Amino acid sequence: MESWTRGSALTEIKVSETALELAIGEEITTEAKSLGRQTWERLLHHRLAVGSGVILILLSISFWVVPNFSPYLFDQVAAGPPRSAPSMSHPFGTDPIGRDLMVRTFTGGQYSIRIAALVAITTTLIGAVIGAISGFFGRWVDASLSWITNMVLVIPALVVLLVLALRYGSGPWAIAFIIAALSWPRIARIVRGLFLTFKEQDFVQAARAAGAKPARIMFRHILPNTFGPIMVETTLNVGAAIILESTLSFFSLGVRPPTPTLGNLMEAAKGAIDSRAYELLIPGAIVTLISLCVNFLGDGLRDALDPTTKRSR
Amino acid sequence: MALLEVKDLKVVFPTDEGLVEAVNEISFELDSGEVLAVVGESGSGKSVSAMAIMRLLPKTARITGHVGFDGQSLLDLPMKGMRRIRGNDIAMIFQDPMTALNPVFKVGAQIAEIILVHRDVSAKQAMSRTIDLLEIVGISEPARRALQYPHEYSGGMRQRAMIAMAIANDPKLLIADEPTTALDVTIQSQVMEAIKAAQDATQAAMLLITHDLGLVAGVADRIQVMYGGRIFESADADGIFYRNRNPYTRGLLASLPRLDARTQDKLYTIPGSPPNLLRMPPGCAFRPRCEFALDICKQEIPGFTTVEEDHVSRCHNIAGLPSLVESPS
Repeated sequence: MESWTRGSALTEIKVSETALELAIGEEITTEAKSLGRQTWERLLHHRLAVGSGVILILLSISFWVVPNFSPYLFDQVAAGPPRSAPSMSHPFGTDPIGRDLMVRTFTGGQYSIRIAALVAITTTLIGAVIGAISGFFGRWVDASLSWITNMVLVIPALVVLLVLALRYGSGPWAIAFIIAALSWPRIARIVRGLFLTFKEQDFVQAARAAGAKPARIMFRHILPNTFGPIMVETTLNVGAAIILESTLSFFSLGVRPPTPTLGNLMEAAKGAIDSRAYELLIPGAIVTLISLCVNFLGDGLRDALDPTTKRSR
Repeated sequence: MALLEVKDLKVVFPTDEGLVEAVNEISFELDSGEVLAVVGESGSGKSVSAMAIMRLLPKTARITGHVGFDGQSLLDLPMKGMRRIRGNDIAMIFQDPMTALNPVFKVGAQIAEIILVHRDVSAKQAMSRTIDLLEIVGISEPARRALQYPHEYSGGMRQRAMIAMAIANDPKLLIADEPTTALDVTIQSQVMEAIKAAQDATQAAMLLITHDLGLVAGVADRIQVMYGGRIFESADADGIFYRNRNPYTRGLLASLPRLDARTQDKLYTIPGSPPNLLRMPPGCAFRPRCEFALDICKQEIPGFTTVEEDHVSRCHNIAGLPSLVESPS
């Protein structure tokens, strides 16, 4: 009796699957799905990436919203008693000069995200253009640009960052550009490699045979083909930039207080690690959470853009 | 004056192992509305000569000779002038439609782009022209198909889209480089018909490059047989098929499968393989594989012998060839 019901349930499932297949089949023939849309749909099936994306969005919203609803300003001295433990009025406690640490943490997150976004955009622009030119034109153009790229790549980033930050640093934008100036080679190399492959493709020769100018072939015909890997790399760069900013700040070379960032909050709290460890752990946990989520999102994007990889999650 | 005049065109590629003479002093003329088929094995220089005309060869290639097109000398034209001609006056149909379309753009957008690059029209006009073009090349529901991506097209449809792209600006010369080689045999003749129809519609001259003599039989006005970078025989289509006077042409024709052959007969193959362009045999390039070779063939490259009006053949032993009734194989 039981097996009979099970059998019928199985048949039912089978039937509905066929119906589904039919429906999907029709969809494919009637509707043009762009690569972007297919990627998006595949990304939505990647649970870890979707979860990470949601967390990132919620975090970013809170970074902008929480400071607006807080009764204190991030640089308001003596908002409460100095060095107070977490309480209802100061959920994250206060720092040695009585500034509210919750509003400072969320504002710091805001600055960290802004810096990271600026770094990601700048590195992508610089890297993509240099990589594109280098891969497309080849010969001496490639040789010299690759040489520069590799030189920047072998420079020990932290040392240069320290020196540059000492010389120009302090404002959040200066820090962002300093980080960007040293992070573009990775994208440049990826884009160069992609261009080397794509420029040999027939559609490039076809574009040439159609009378397209080199700039048009580069940016209109080849570059869109490289958007996938560029997007993945840009996403991963956001995570790397947040960590680099924290590192710089931790050495007191990042954004100068009173402007808070997740990095200089940790720096400020490092003396209190025995007594008020949470002051260090909260921004630290946020940095970790952001870079984890960004990496998962990047992985998800990579999988979604490459239909040949097996779906593991 | 002919639309396309190629004179003593020579293409040499310097490589690490020496000079590769891919195309050696070929000359021909092509008039509007005329179809010239260039036939030969791989490595015979047929594609390279077309690429040389379009100046699409890598910069390392050394091209000499003269290519006259519509009163201009293409080899002397600055790059800007060349770009104005490409896709506008001379258009190309590529061998592999699977890779010749950009995978990330809609087919219609790719066809419209070539119109927008060369014509001063609005995007809307370009799109409506695109839909007309897709209709001309035999794509059903062109308005819907124009909005699809290349991966949603079958191979034959992609090649049709490439044809539409090629005739988008009413070119004076169409170069079709092995247009059906990558396609399934069942649709090769359909696509060839679409190409012929497109050529008729635009009254363009056409340079049809292929290794398939059977394919060009009904289409070509003139046929040029190439081997080892040189033209071996050149005549009108009937001359090549019925009155040919060259051992290589005969070998090519004998290699075609025939419907009326007895089934137990083996398909003829030309013995040996095409010459290594780096180490060309002295004398006639075809000599090592030729069953009619004479002693002189080892020393001297044969010149052209006029067989009849407008029909030349490069062979030392034309007199020794059997008459066609008892042709080889």
